[in-house]
Amino acid sequence: MSMFSIFNVSGSAISSQAQRLNVVASNMANADAVAGPDGKGYKARQVVFETVPMGAQEASGVKVSQVLESEAPLKRTYNPTHPSADGDGYVTQSNVNPVEEMVNMISASRSYQNNVEVMNTAKTLLLKTLQMGQ
Amino acid sequence: MFPNLTNGLDFQAKALVIRADRQRVIASNIANADTPGFVGRDVNFKEAMQAALGSSSASTPLTLSQPSRTTGATDERHIPLQSTLGSLRTDGSAALAYSVQTQPAMDGNSVDMDRERANFVDNAVHYEATLRFINGTSKTILSAIQGQ
Repeated sequence: MSMFSIFNVSGSAISSQAQRLNVVASNMANADAVAGPDGKGYKARQVVFETVPMGAQEASGVKVSQVLESEAPLKRTYNPTHPSADGDGYVTQSNVNPVEEMVNMISASRSYQNNVEVMNTAKTLLLKTLQMGQ
Repeated sequence: MFPNLTNGLDFQAKALVIRADRQRVIASNIANADTPGFVGRDVNFKEAMQAALGSSSASTPLTLSQPSRTTGATDERHIPLQSTLGSLRTDGSAALAYSVQTQPAMDGNSVDMDRERANFVDNAVHYEATLRFINGTSKTILSAIQGQ
């Protein structure tokens, strides 16, 4: 029955948005992290979504195909007294943009809520269908 | 058997199936609202109903040269498609169409979340209304059979 596959579709969307929120949380947690002695700072991560066909032609779910690291330049501040400062006195930090991450979080949570609403409505309609004729 | 009794039920039953399919299409659109390059689909309900009604009332048998109304196959050895909405009819039009894009997006996504939510609610209400019609019609038939 076609309504049942809505749970698969919305379920895949919910889990993908949850992964996106996970990545946003990692980025926010490491926003102020300083690079270690090897000079490699934390690079912001982003998820890439991909459509997944689920059975029939009309149903397409979504999955996270890969997690990419941003290639934006790392932030370097001049702080010669910092214990992790390199030879020139610069400290390398992460390239996370907190404003961008908050926008990402708002968009992911709104998508998540929409998909939960879709699942609830589909469940209500299916339950009413089961009571048909009684 | 008893076409006069069950015609109304048949009509509503076909409408219910198409409504359920449309629900699934809209749910897929909402799930893929963030996927780059995804193009939103929608069901043309009127065409889908006409296709469902037209195929059941056809009295002439289909020949091999005419595409099958429900599977789009032109040869009887072709494997039938699972979808009933995406199949082509004889005039080439399909009931499962692409929705018109309202705002351009940088990642190529054409889903308008507000319109999809409105369509979802609209379709849910229509689905429930169809359920009520089926319930009402079957109760009427049952009470007529029982003679009350």
